[in-house]
Amino acid sequence: MSDERTYSILEARGLSAGYGSGDAIRNVNMHFYDKRITAIIGPSGCGKSTLIRCLNRMHEEIPGTQVRGVVALSERNIFHMDPVRLRRQVGMVFQRPNPFPTMSIFRNVAAGLILNGLRGERSLAEVVETSLRQAALFDEVKDKLDQPALNLSGGQQQRLCIARALAVEPKVLLLDEPCSALDPIATAKIEELLLQLKDQLTIVMVTHNMQQAARVSDWTGFMLMGELVEFGRTDEIFTTPRDPRTQDYITGRFG
Amino acid sequence: MTDARLRRRKIVNGLMFSLTAACTIACLAVLFVILGYIVYHGAAALDWSFLTRLPKPVGEPGGGIANAMVGSAKIVALAAVLGVPVGVLGAVYLHEFGHNRIGFVIRYAADLLNGMPSIVIGVFAYGLIVLPMKRFSALAGSAALAVIMIPIVLRSTEEFLRLVPASLREAGLALGVPRWKVILLVVIPSAWGGILTGILLAVSRIAGESAPLIFTAFGNRFWDNGWLNPMSALPLTIYTYAISPYEDWHRQAWAAAMVLVLVVLAGNVLARLLMRGGRGASNA
Repeated sequence: MSDERTYSILEARGLSAGYGSGDAIRNVNMHFYDKRITAIIGPSGCGKSTLIRCLNRMHEEIPGTQVRGVVALSERNIFHMDPVRLRRQVGMVFQRPNPFPTMSIFRNVAAGLILNGLRGERSLAEVVETSLRQAALFDEVKDKLDQPALNLSGGQQQRLCIARALAVEPKVLLLDEPCSALDPIATAKIEELLLQLKDQLTIVMVTHNMQQAARVSDWTGFMLMGELVEFGRTDEIFTTPRDPRTQDYITGRFG
Repeated sequence: MTDARLRRRKIVNGLMFSLTAACTIACLAVLFVILGYIVYHGAAALDWSFLTRLPKPVGEPGGGIANAMVGSAKIVALAAVLGVPVGVLGAVYLHEFGHNRIGFVIRYAADLLNGMPSIVIGVFAYGLIVLPMKRFSALAGSAALAVIMIPIVLRSTEEFLRLVPASLREAGLALGVPRWKVILLVVIPSAWGGILTGILLAVSRIAGESAPLIFTAFGNRFWDNGWLNPMSALPLTIYTYAISPYEDWHRQAWAAAMVLVLVVLAGNVLARLLMRGGRGASNA
């Protein structure tokens, strides 16, 4: 099973991870295809957040996590890479919007560049504008770039966080339930934005909203109790699932 | 319920309520009696020349505490320069890496140090700095005050670092920013209002300390001769004047006490105002 028009940029091979007592995910094998959106769905506690955090080693921020197996980014094992360099290529957006409270809108977007001391040929203002446009936020904030980021609404803050992640030009963007703290209108805006972004980068998103996975993603992985039950094209998963547990979940029989 | 029992309950309630209210009033009264007493005695001797002149010899009227005010400012400033970085950076270490037994021991030691009588810390500085250098010095006084400051700054800074949500640190790390830069440029600025408040409270605490200065900075009736020589300080002046047998010096002790109380009070109020600003930022 593969996507003939693209290639696998990120891959989990035999990946297990746990927090001391028992494994939160077990032996996950999964491909993430370049410039495609992959959704990871499953009931609460199935390990989907653990899985996505392993993809850019953010799991290491939770004390006591251990990982076995391999995650390869363009065929390089990320556990042998410098986490700082890895995270510049694999960015992350979190469940709750988390703009830096002490910084303006402009500085929030530029934070990755300013804090890293990275300055390419493009000017900071240019990068900020491009990133905000990519996050479909520029028109709403262009007149108040120097205001505190916390003045924005929740949905705007989340798009600001996406813009902030895009500004360092990652190859892969991980989103951990990016819409679960947002209302339906803000959610729709983010979904639309993700569909536009997939021309430029690879997107992996965790969601407990099946409709969202069906609307947005190209590939879907269904997880249950730490196991990747089924992985395939989104339309196949939602119309002709092969595993009865997937069938049960998408028809709403549990979870 | 019988009438007699109800009445008894009402009486006990009234009694207990009066007792707690009386104790509350007593607590507050102590503060206001002290302030009132100091102002009552101090205001008489307080004028512009008192703030701008050097002390006069016994028997001559007039004279001021200019050297003590400058001395206090210098000693406290150097103490802050020595103590604040140690306290703040130590708190960063505790917060980032202190989730283990070592962290527990450090916290416990800081609390013990915080409860150490200040005169003992003065003796410590005397033995460590004054004796080997064979001279009383402002430097020794500042070192003693810095030791008092460190645990206060350490614990308050750690508390405020803990209030910074983990999501901000994750946001920084997920951008590929090295950990030390995330701490320095994201976590500390987010807690800055609170950290500054802790520093100011520690400064106003040490500004009023006299015991650690008695055998370190020693005191001086003239302008000081640099950090390696005895230096005057407000609490020392108050102490010296208050135990003297001269009526005029007693008056000046009251006035100096009033100046010290007002400065410390101003520092406390400033700290509270900053705290309000800091809390607002971390809540939003």
